[in-house]
Amino acid sequence: MQTNEAKKSNESNFLMKIVKNQCFIPLAALLLLALFNLIADPSFFKITLGYNSAGNPVLSGFLVTILDSGSELAILAIGMTLVTAATGGQDISVGAAIAISGSVLLRVLCGSNSRPETLQAPIIVAFLVSCVVAMLFGAFNGVLVAYFKIQPMIATLILYTAGRSIAAWINNNELPVISDTTFTYFGEFIPGIPIPTPFFIAVACMILIGIVLKVTNLRLFTQAVGINESSSRLNGLNPAFIKVLSFVILGLCVAVVGLIKVSRISTINYSVIAKDIEMDAILAVALGGNALSGGKFNMAASIIGAYVIQFLTTTLYKFQVQSDALPAYKAMVVIMLVVVSAPVVREKFSSLTKKLKVKEVA
Amino acid sequence: MENNVVLKMRNIHKIFPGVRALQGVDFTLRKGEIHALMGENGAGKSTLIKVLTGVYGKEEGEIFLDGVEGAVAIHSPQDAQKLGISTVYQEITLCPNLSVAENMFIGRTDGVYQNWKKMNADTDRILKSLDIPAKPTQQLESCSIAVQQMIAIARAVDMDCKVLILDEPTSSLDEQEVAKLFKLMRDLRERGVGIIFVTHFLDQVYEVCDRITVMRDGKLVGEYAISDLPRVQLVSKMLGKELDDLSDIKGEQKAYVKEDGAVPVLEVEGLVSDAGIKPFDFHIDKGEVNGFTGLLGSGRSECVRAIFGADRVTGGTVKIKGKNVKISKPLDAMKNGIAYLPEDRKIDGIVGDLSVRDNIILAKQVLRGFFKPFSKAEANKIADEYIKLLSIKTASKDTPIKSLSGGNQQKVILARWLFTHPEYLILDEPTRGIDVGTKIDIQKLVLKLASEGMSVTFISSELDEMLRTCSRLVVMRDRKVVGELTGDDLNQNKVMSTIAGGDK
Repeated sequence: MQTNEAKKSNESNFLMKIVKNQCFIPLAALLLLALFNLIADPSFFKITLGYNSAGNPVLSGFLVTILDSGSELAILAIGMTLVTAATGGQDISVGAAIAISGSVLLRVLCGSNSRPETLQAPIIVAFLVSCVVAMLFGAFNGVLVAYFKIQPMIATLILYTAGRSIAAWINNNELPVISDTTFTYFGEFIPGIPIPTPFFIAVACMILIGIVLKVTNLRLFTQAVGINESSSRLNGLNPAFIKVLSFVILGLCVAVVGLIKVSRISTINYSVIAKDIEMDAILAVALGGNALSGGKFNMAASIIGAYVIQFLTTTLYKFQVQSDALPAYKAMVVIMLVVVSAPVVREKFSSLTKKLKVKEVA
Repeated sequence: MENNVVLKMRNIHKIFPGVRALQGVDFTLRKGEIHALMGENGAGKSTLIKVLTGVYGKEEGEIFLDGVEGAVAIHSPQDAQKLGISTVYQEITLCPNLSVAENMFIGRTDGVYQNWKKMNADTDRILKSLDIPAKPTQQLESCSIAVQQMIAIARAVDMDCKVLILDEPTSSLDEQEVAKLFKLMRDLRERGVGIIFVTHFLDQVYEVCDRITVMRDGKLVGEYAISDLPRVQLVSKMLGKELDDLSDIKGEQKAYVKEDGAVPVLEVEGLVSDAGIKPFDFHIDKGEVNGFTGLLGSGRSECVRAIFGADRVTGGTVKIKGKNVKISKPLDAMKNGIAYLPEDRKIDGIVGDLSVRDNIILAKQVLRGFFKPFSKAEANKIADEYIKLLSIKTASKDTPIKSLSGGNQQKVILARWLFTHPEYLILDEPTRGIDVGTKIDIQKLVLKLASEGMSVTFISSELDEMLRTCSRLVVMRDRKVVGELTGDDLNQNKVMSTIAGGDK
């Protein structure tokens, strides 16, 4: 009898642990969405192997799309999570910054000719230049926030407004086109590998941030600054530096996504590229159950959150929701998810389960 | 309900994760009495108050109020307020960026319309009647902490309360302000208000209270008339044991002797910061315990903050062991072996949402640098070690520090700095708002550290605490060092007269 009861309580403890884990809500949302699709139309999960125009084997299907597009969001979510944690605010200039970094990338690749026969610089060089530029713009945002104490949303509103014009200006308002097919590898497929490259890039970013969080104090310091700036300073930290650092890391993420975005179409459309992506990135952070007011964060939950959002978008596309109406549907689902994963609700929920448990014991 | 009883709490239970904060506590408050609620930190006083005021829910128990049929349900501070229960908390919970008048009336009007003129006039009348030196339109932030505290009390008083709860109201007031507050409390008692007074100052309890309820470890110890409970007994009931540690500790410190040729651990000359203190000189030797004393706002904290680089230093020289160093930010001071436990635990000390473990390793981690994090196993080991060393009461090392009681939070901060193995430890009000037992623990620890060669500067509002531990006192008045006392001069009268200055 005794052991039976002990086992039962062990089991419920285990269950509680899962439920209380920050990744639970985004994972559950993912599962629910999958379940919904399974019931509504199992063909959602169909993956077919075909050949693209270049004759390479490629996988296609809704799941592949999610893996593909969700990866961009996941990369941005990494940076956005850090900015949110350190500053208690969000960067809304991400989309505009992607336009800038993509434009820089093309400018370096094309040189003065907007339609070159051959690349004017190695892709890696162009990418590094775009990284530096994106990180500088990140630092610009960071300095406004950390040293001039401007609200992050207001500070980044500047770049949000000006970014796309700056992007156009970098290329004299021309639309450069890359004809070299190797450039398409980053946003599409590497010959012989049927899985979209962005997914590999995202995985690389995740591993990288995982290592950084493991071998440095980024997590502890960022959280400390986000929770109590004054106390952090008296513990020898430089809160302003940590904040700028978070924006610079986000800048790096922006450059990576810029590469993917531009590579996908081998050109750029300044006004459309990565439009509204900042909102999805912020949503990913919120969906991950991270407080948008800063402090503690869970990186994995944010990343899962990014894929949930893409899953949702793709599901809506699949059911042929009109593209005009898409945001409204999305908003409805997102509101539900965000409310459920809000710390307030989570607390209520865990106290409820505790009460139930107490009653059970009684 | 019996005659005269205004509030009855019966069999109150409250459980926090891992802690039974209240276990079957009873509490009775009569009309027109000042009732002290006493207990060590973690005894459950604050929890009981928060249950009464609807901040926390309760697992079990009933609350009865005079004039209300049956048990009352209090689910929120608003409920409590409507029932005539008003609270002034230990930490000021007003809005610093609103005006005094707005703070007085915030949350009290249901309507959309606000008559600003009347609100300001009403506030002015209340402030004048209570002798509070503030203007209604002044921003609350610009008032001193003491005045803010009095405004909080004025706000509570003005709400026609039957039960007024004062949770550590005097911890940031100076003597005259305390006297004013006591006058106010006695006035209210005459008017039949029941006052619950939570404090750590024994003197104040015996000066103003009629009755004492003692709690320990979340349980009720008993309720006593003040005349039936001598001080010694009160202390022993709070601690749960007969204790003469207080007398033990007395006289342990040696008189300060300036050794010739010995290089001070720290020596500052003409140090001045942007916090408004006059340039001051100061030095401390190896193994010495000294202190800054003076009234609230005399510049005690500002001096040590300047030494630690917490405020912006604008002039003067600092020598560590005879060597000139430049300290322009806390990290510089930390690298020179200085540790600083700040005055305001909540704002400058704890990192609330982080675990006890992370709070302990934080300072050392910063010193080690960005690329050298402790492994989880190392951090756990360190945390365990210090939790045991300072007997920190916490459910686990993963518990967020904000859910610990004040005294235990302070111990965690202390652990944080001890772990950096400083040569010079500055403790700014380490015993504020914490219980007698922990106070003695900390005093003993200070003396032990000093005997092991650490230099300690100790600041406390309680003079006898300073006299017990320090061998030299730097006295401050009006942001200026006005004297230094050691040896035979180190007695209450001499310190008081130096603080007061001149003729007194």
